[in-house]
Amino acid sequence: MLITPMAKGLGLLLGAMLALTAGVASLALGATEIAPASLFKAFITPDPGSMSHLILRTERLPRAVIAAVVGASLAVAGALMQTLTRNALAAPSVLGINAGAMCFVVVASSFFALRSPLELVWVAFLGALTAALLVALLGRERGGGLSPMRVVLGGVAVTALFVSLAQGLLIIDQEGFESLLLWLAGSVAGRGLEIVTPLLPFFLGAAALCALLVRQLNLLILDDEVVKGLGQRTGRVRLLAGLVVIVLAGCSVALAGMIGFVGLIVPHMVRAMFGRDHRWVLPGCALLGAGLLLAADTLARFLMPPQEVPVGVMTALLGTPFFLHLARRRSLTP
Amino acid sequence: MSRSVVLRVANGRLSLRLEHRTLAVTLLLSLALAASAMISLSLGSQATPPTAVLEALFHPARSDIALIVHEIRLPRIVLAILVGACLGVAGLLLQGLVRNPLASPDVIGITGGASLAAVCFLALGGAALGEAWLPLAALAALAGALSVALLILSLSGRGVTPARLVLIGIGLAAALGAGTTLVLVLAADTTAMQAYVWLTGSLYAAQWREVAGLAPWALVGLPLALALSRRLDVLALGDELATGLGTAVRGTRLALLLLAVALAGSAVAFAGGLSFVGLLAPHIARRLVARGHAGLVPATALIGALIVLHADLLGRIAFLPRDLPAGVFVAGIGAPFFVYLLHRWRT
Repeated sequence: MLITPMAKGLGLLLGAMLALTAGVASLALGATEIAPASLFKAFITPDPGSMSHLILRTERLPRAVIAAVVGASLAVAGALMQTLTRNALAAPSVLGINAGAMCFVVVASSFFALRSPLELVWVAFLGALTAALLVALLGRERGGGLSPMRVVLGGVAVTALFVSLAQGLLIIDQEGFESLLLWLAGSVAGRGLEIVTPLLPFFLGAAALCALLVRQLNLLILDDEVVKGLGQRTGRVRLLAGLVVIVLAGCSVALAGMIGFVGLIVPHMVRAMFGRDHRWVLPGCALLGAGLLLAADTLARFLMPPQEVPVGVMTALLGTPFFLHLARRRSLTP
Repeated sequence: MSRSVVLRVANGRLSLRLEHRTLAVTLLLSLALAASAMISLSLGSQATPPTAVLEALFHPARSDIALIVHEIRLPRIVLAILVGACLGVAGLLLQGLVRNPLASPDVIGITGGASLAAVCFLALGGAALGEAWLPLAALAALAGALSVALLILSLSGRGVTPARLVLIGIGLAAALGAGTTLVLVLAADTTAMQAYVWLTGSLYAAQWREVAGLAPWALVGLPLALALSRRLDVLALGDELATGLGTAVRGTRLALLLLAVALAGSAVAFAGGLSFVGLLAPHIARRLVARGHAGLVPATALIGALIVLHADLLGRIAFLPRDLPAGVFVAGIGAPFFVYLLHRWRT
């Protein structure tokens, strides 16, 4: 673990370099390889006649941006959820937040014919909020606290509820099925930059809120009695942090569908490096989450050429051994 | 203690104590199942009066709907009953095994393993081989279910709490779901929709061949579950007490797990990933039958059969001319029920 602020700063720098490398790889590698020198040329002096410039600007760049934004959001949301629930297994996908957003989006797009991301994102927020409230309700113990085991089981129950609802709808409305299947599996491909821009205010707002909350978040690590003894109240912090989780998870689902386990793995890796101070954990999560999803998406292009593996499948396969390892540990606190 | 009947077989080496209430419930459920099957036989895209159905059943030569009844509706109904009974009892065994009311073949990934194996088989060319190769898909599904069960066991190791076992199963179920999605996305589009419908659990176009494939598993597995029901009662007392009473806990657990896997895997192989039957049926049965697995096994089997039969009937006639997978309706009831169960479950 990195101890001094200097070492932690260097660690963050390293994380940024990793994310940047993964980003460049995501731009350069694929069915058509593009030389790094040509990358810069494509952005500085675009040549309308060049095929590789066209691919880069319309296909690779939006894809890399979406992967980076979604990866960072999911990782930060996961870190916040693990702190809020004091549960090592908490993550937007494990606790059914993604499934809630997905189900509401499926309902909205098949019943109300909503297609634009700006409309869908509000629906996704509503779904994420519903799922979060349900899980919180199911996870409560008699005393009022959240039991780690119950929270995870609640997540499974909520996921089962929303996924089976969405499945039923998709089978009844078969025309919507094919366009949604890739999205259900979690994919960052085939979308333009224009669907990211309307959501940017949400991401920036969430980031600003995180920055404001970061000191109070550290209080949540302490025992409830200690916090009370220090004369602090955590209700408002919890509420705002929950809001950030819902905004980040809802936006991610609206952009890229069901991508699981990023929010589970990354916070644990970051905490192993930086300790539990949120001033370091949150930026670390954002950088490593972006790097991880970019790398997974780049790798997914090469596993079974010529077809691409949906990146959600990649992260689920990467994340399961990790989940099993955590589930076998004696204590479920992070 | 309420009044009961004791059945003794083979000089008392196998005996069952059945309370009067249990017998009455079982009888009523059997009657309900027979009535539902009769209703299901007479409803469809072409509704037929029950008298005509009876005539077609017993005097096929004189009836003009004999073909519909014998070749289309009857196999589908028989398959629904068998699948429901197998899945329900598999859920009952698993819940007794891990002493957790939330365990069921689909929650802990056994259905997921069977589905992944079967979808792989279909996508890798099994579908093109033709229907004669269908038993192979079933074998693949069984192998998948068995590997997942063994993986869960080996990952949980010694001294693991039942709750952890469920957690590990949940993790595996996620990976298996991802694997299945991967195969679906990579497969050609028509196969993908076919496989997706199959995953939800459908009895569409069931024929006698499927019934014949599942029947041996059900006919061996269900009586075996009844024979092992006393072991389940003992296991429910806790590992220490069960050991004290002279039960080989590990061996019994393995035997029960294998039986649950065989029942769930074979049902999934012929009807797809019908979820929640294994969760719903044992809980309803526990409400009706006071105690003891000897009464629970038949009640669960009958309730599971009733659930799948009615879900399939709904799927057949509610959205005519569309024929929707039964799994949609089972999940529609089962998923909220799962949420409700968790809400009530206090350790």
